[in-house]
Amino acid sequence: MDSRQPLISLNGVTKVYRMGEIEVQALRGIDLQIVEGEFIAIMGASGSGKSTLMNLIGCLDTPSEGTYLLEDVDVAELDDDSLAMIRNLRIGFVFQSFNLIPRSTALHNVEMPLIYAGDSAQRLERALAALDLVGLADRAHHQPSELSGGQQQRVAIARALITEPAILLADEPTGNLDTESSLEIMRLLTRLNEQGRTIVLITHEGDIATFASRVVRLRDGLILSDDRQVPREPAGAEAPSEQAAAEAVS
Amino acid sequence: MSVGEALRLAWQGLLANRLRSGLTMLGILIGVGAVILLVAVGNGASIKVQNQVQALGSNIVYIYPSSTKAGGVSQGFGSGSTLTQADVNALNDRSQAPDIVTAIPVAQASGNMTWQNQNWFAQTTGSTQDFAQVRAYDIKTGAMFTAADVTSSSKVVVVGQTVVDNLFQGQDPVGQQIKINRVTFTVVGTFASKGSAALGNQDNVAVVPITTAWNYLTGGRGKNISQIVIQATSADTVKAAQTEATNILLNLHQVADPTNPDFTSQSQQDILNATSQITGTLTVLLGAIAAISLVVGGIGIMNIMLVTVTERTREIGIRKAIGARRRDILLQFLIESMVLSGLGGLLGIASGWLIATQITSIKIGSLASLPQPVVSIPSVLLAFGVSVGIGLFFGIYPANRAAGLHPIEALRYE
Ligand SMILES: Nc1ncnc2c1ncn2[C@@H]1O[C@H](COP(=O)(O)OP(=O)(O)OP(=O)(O)O)[C@@H](O)[C@H]1O
Ligand SMILES: [Mg+2]
Repeated sequence: MDSRQPLISLNGVTKVYRMGEIEVQALRGIDLQIVEGEFIAIMGASGSGKSTLMNLIGCLDTPSEGTYLLEDVDVAELDDDSLAMIRNLRIGFVFQSFNLIPRSTALHNVEMPLIYAGDSAQRLERALAALDLVGLADRAHHQPSELSGGQQQRVAIARALITEPAILLADEPTGNLDTESSLEIMRLLTRLNEQGRTIVLITHEGDIATFASRVVRLRDGLILSDDRQVPREPAGAEAPSEQAAAEAVS
Repeated sequence: MSVGEALRLAWQGLLANRLRSGLTMLGILIGVGAVILLVAVGNGASIKVQNQVQALGSNIVYIYPSSTKAGGVSQGFGSGSTLTQADVNALNDRSQAPDIVTAIPVAQASGNMTWQNQNWFAQTTGSTQDFAQVRAYDIKTGAMFTAADVTSSSKVVVVGQTVVDNLFQGQDPVGQQIKINRVTFTVVGTFASKGSAALGNQDNVAVVPITTAWNYLTGGRGKNISQIVIQATSADTVKAAQTEATNILLNLHQVADPTNPDFTSQSQQDILNATSQITGTLTVLLGAIAAISLVVGGIGIMNIMLVTVTERTREIGIRKAIGARRRDILLQFLIESMVLSGLGGLLGIASGWLIATQITSIKIGSLASLPQPVVSIPSVLLAFGVSVGIGLFFGIYPANRAAGLHPIEALRYE
């Protein structure tokens, strides 16, 4: 076990969805500690509770039972505005369906978290720098509909990074992408992790999970296994930015 | 999120759905435009009527014979011919009535006029040489008859513009002989037009010396005076002049009960008050009708904002996921709805104003006789405030709905 203080600590967490008479037990009792700097992949069959778990970790939803400590703070005791602030500053989200705001430029999408943070210092410069980091500086004024899937996902990653959050949560970020774009995104995530960012990645593709240093498997709302592994060395990881730019131009 | 940022978002939102935003704005535009226009029409009517009351003369008090009550039975308005030349003389006594410039007697006769083979009917008024000054008629051609004409009951007449137009067919009337009730009169002058009137046509008049009227036109009714018109020295002394006249007449007529005199007096101010009450009611009524369409426009805004919020449920989820607080979402949609209605309001003000200034140049049927509408600045400010307020009021429910969405449910919305 890692001796460092956990960033994320889930203890006996359950989640029950009620739809009228029917109750769905999405999570049945999860104990999970994640320390700073980990790259963890959460795997499992469809319906096993992966997204539910990520929503809880991301403070988009609250557990039915159990406690969730984020940086030693019990999330259950926070009000809506404090949760919004945590999502804004401490957590970055990347979704399977990109979830960019339509009809807003890439640049505007990326600077959006800063707007909600009330942080106007060099907002445009920082947004441009974030776009540059994902190799899309030349696409700053394009709307999502004018970008490829891989490019849209990179804009989403830039948006997730703009407030420099401690944790990056990615729910099947490559689920809608072809193999080449998927690898591109994974190289980017690996590089971010190497820079010290904690990454929680949800996937059901074993291939994608090999990039992580730890793999947690879920089944029916319970943790089936929790293994450490040597992450695969991503090809071309040295120069993802240039390569991304090259891909964007081609 | 700052208001400036919210404004930018709102503008983007409106541009994204141009046609829909335009149609929604149209609802407010029509409402605000109607308020501006109809209030302007009401105002125009009211100003016109006021001008006409002013045109009756300046600082005027009218004395009418009043219905006398005999044994509690009313004899009907004007039934007693209680006003006499002696009353007029007393009212013209400066020592008793220092605030009166002149008092003139007026006798009315129906006057069927003929000139050559032309016929016309006009009110024929018998009065003194001061009539033109007191009733604020300007002489256009010729001259007013003189005091000597009154003393000698000369058969001379001064006619108004309507009579000139209808009887003389473009010829110069001065010096012409006309017949009024088969008595031949010489036209000595004409009055300048006072313009069209809501209070009866003041140009369809013929004025003769009152003695002449008594002798030749009023038949067997003797020296009847149907009205005394008093001119006060200034606007400030009208009330005083009215009181002096009342006291003189009460005294002269030996009225025992001052609450039931045999005459009534009415100042121009009394008439103004009565008419402005009527036109004020008219303006409010027109404004109220227009305001209903504003409310309808507001409901249109609410409807569209609800559609917008539903359409953008996913966007709201994304914004919440990246840190938007409840009040950020609330502000965004409230401002969007206020921009929608505020813009509609501005366009409505512009179009209402434009139509108001152009309406009298449109010569379609009865529109042509509309008084010139007068756009009032308070109604413009009010309309703009109300339109923004409508955006606020009707935007609260949709914006609240957006702000209250659960982030996960909003993100899962398809
Ligand atoms: N909002 C909800 N209301 C009701 N039931 C829900 C809701 N969200 C998830 N569930 C149920 O909870 C269970 C876990 O769902 P979850 O989305 O976490 O699965 P997943 O592991 O992410 O699956 P996938 O790989 O298909 O995305 C499923 O049975 C699902 O039907
Ligand atoms: Mg899922």
